[in-house]
Amino acid sequence: MIGEIDPFIINLTVFVLAIFVGYHVVWNVTPALHTPLMSVTNAISGIILVGAMLAAGPAETDWGVWLGAVAVTLAAINVFGGFLVSQRMLEMFKKKDKKGNA
Amino acid sequence: MSANMVALAYLVASVFFILALKGLSSPESARRGNLFGMVGMAIAVATTLTLTQNWPLILGCIAVGGIIGALVAQRVQMTAMPELVAFMHSLVGLAAVFIAVAAVNNPVSFGLPEILPGGGKLELFLGTFIGAMTWSGSVIAFLKLSGRMSGTPIVFTGQHMINLLLAIIMIGFGLWFFFSETTNWTAFIAMTTIAFILGFLIIIPIGGADMPVVISMLNSYSGWAAAGIGFSLGNPMLIIAGSLVGSSGAILSYIMCKAMNRPFLSVILGGFGSDGGTAAVADDGVQKTYRSGSAEDAAFLMGNADSVIIVPGYGLAVARAQHAVKELAEKLHEKGVNVRFAIHPVAGRMPGHMNVLLAEAEIPYEQVLEMDEINSDFSNTDVVLVLGANDVVNPAANVPGSPIYGMPILDAHKARTVMVVKRSMAVGYAGLDNDLFYMDKTMMIFGDAKKVVEHLVKAL
Repeated sequence: MIGEIDPFIINLTVFVLAIFVGYHVVWNVTPALHTPLMSVTNAISGIILVGAMLAAGPAETDWGVWLGAVAVTLAAINVFGGFLVSQRMLEMFKKKDKKGNA
Repeated sequence: MSANMVALAYLVASVFFILALKGLSSPESARRGNLFGMVGMAIAVATTLTLTQNWPLILGCIAVGGIIGALVAQRVQMTAMPELVAFMHSLVGLAAVFIAVAAVNNPVSFGLPEILPGGGKLELFLGTFIGAMTWSGSVIAFLKLSGRMSGTPIVFTGQHMINLLLAIIMIGFGLWFFFSETTNWTAFIAMTTIAFILGFLIIIPIGGADMPVVISMLNSYSGWAAAGIGFSLGNPMLIIAGSLVGSSGAILSYIMCKAMNRPFLSVILGGFGSDGGTAAVADDGVQKTYRSGSAEDAAFLMGNADSVIIVPGYGLAVARAQHAVKELAEKLHEKGVNVRFAIHPVAGRMPGHMNVLLAEAEIPYEQVLEMDEINSDFSNTDVVLVLGANDVVNPAANVPGSPIYGMPILDAHKARTVMVVKRSMAVGYAGLDNDLFYMDKTMMIFGDAKKVVEHLVKAL
């Protein structure tokens, strides 16, 4: 049966289920970490890099490929910047045992 | 790699992304979560690399972008996080538009039919216009947050009509693109241009303190843009990661709106308040009296208190006072005072902004409490120190008929003594006078948050 299904329907299935997963996971994020949440999701939305790589992929270079190459660069800024700044912030949330008081 | 292997690798990467978000449920597991995110991204990128022929070019571009990203991440001030996040949203939007243009130019290279089918065009249309609006909207948000553009809402008559008209024209061009039998560049370019303009127009009427909503909304858009491109390219990786981000941003927008008790639509339509504020003259024209004191008086009261709650706001971020505040908290702690921090969900310019600043100053996060956790404690607290916050402690929120009626606030007015550090008596974002400042138990300390706190530390 799966062979007869329009790929769009399969994509839609994945899309809807992913939204539900995201919804339930994100409600459990503690409010104190909402800024890191934004920077991590920012890095994850850098997944657009995958699309950019496909655009820059073909061997015969026309202007579309160059456009793809620019997109790869932009998305890479996002991926690296997003994950590294999250790392930097989350390190700060670690240093609690140093001054042990409450 | 075969298509099946690619799809499986994407599945693994998706699971890592979900684990990354799950890790953020507590500070202990958050760093591991971030690491999972990186692993997921590495898998996705490595897998995609096997599908491309131009890999030296691609790796070169990734290296360049990676170095820029790493430098930015390393150098950015924690007070500038909202700008950085807005800047990065804009990149995702622009990348999405470029990919869509490349796909219209040469669909075959993406494994799409040479003449795009109707469905494919529709998906490209969605991905492009969301991407374009994300880009231009984020650019405006970035300019406003970094102070390069005034945070005052830009409002003109017929604004909403113009936006609506533009949206209709944009959809019109989209339909033209959709129904054209060959690649209709004119329609595509016109539609994309209008989407860019719409992004600008939608964000300019939104004022500074509504930025937590805007930035969360753009976060959400950047996810939907990625998912939209995923639909057009038939790429499940983009769809899954994009939807995770999209729903995360949507939830944050909802939480922020709820914390301001304002409907999402009213925030987005904008035109509420301004960031400057004018003199504090009461509505009835009578000048109310307030008491102002020096840092020394305040230090004396705080030093002799049993418990102190500090309420930080955007003023703390502007003055970069977080390190001075930490010194103050330590000094008080040494004197045996129970010091805690109370964070309102919309304090600052983005969700969780205050928590990050306090964490940067190495204030233990056990001392930093959310509104619901601490609100009942204000009535047995000796001193509340309000640092650069205003509307979030305005008791007018409890008065029916007030413009901010119903907004959840921190009950600072219930404490025995209230001290407010502020630059002037200017009104807050909502344009409302704050009765808290005129209460008998309130003492105003005028000045820059950082300087005042440094004085307090010295006086202790």
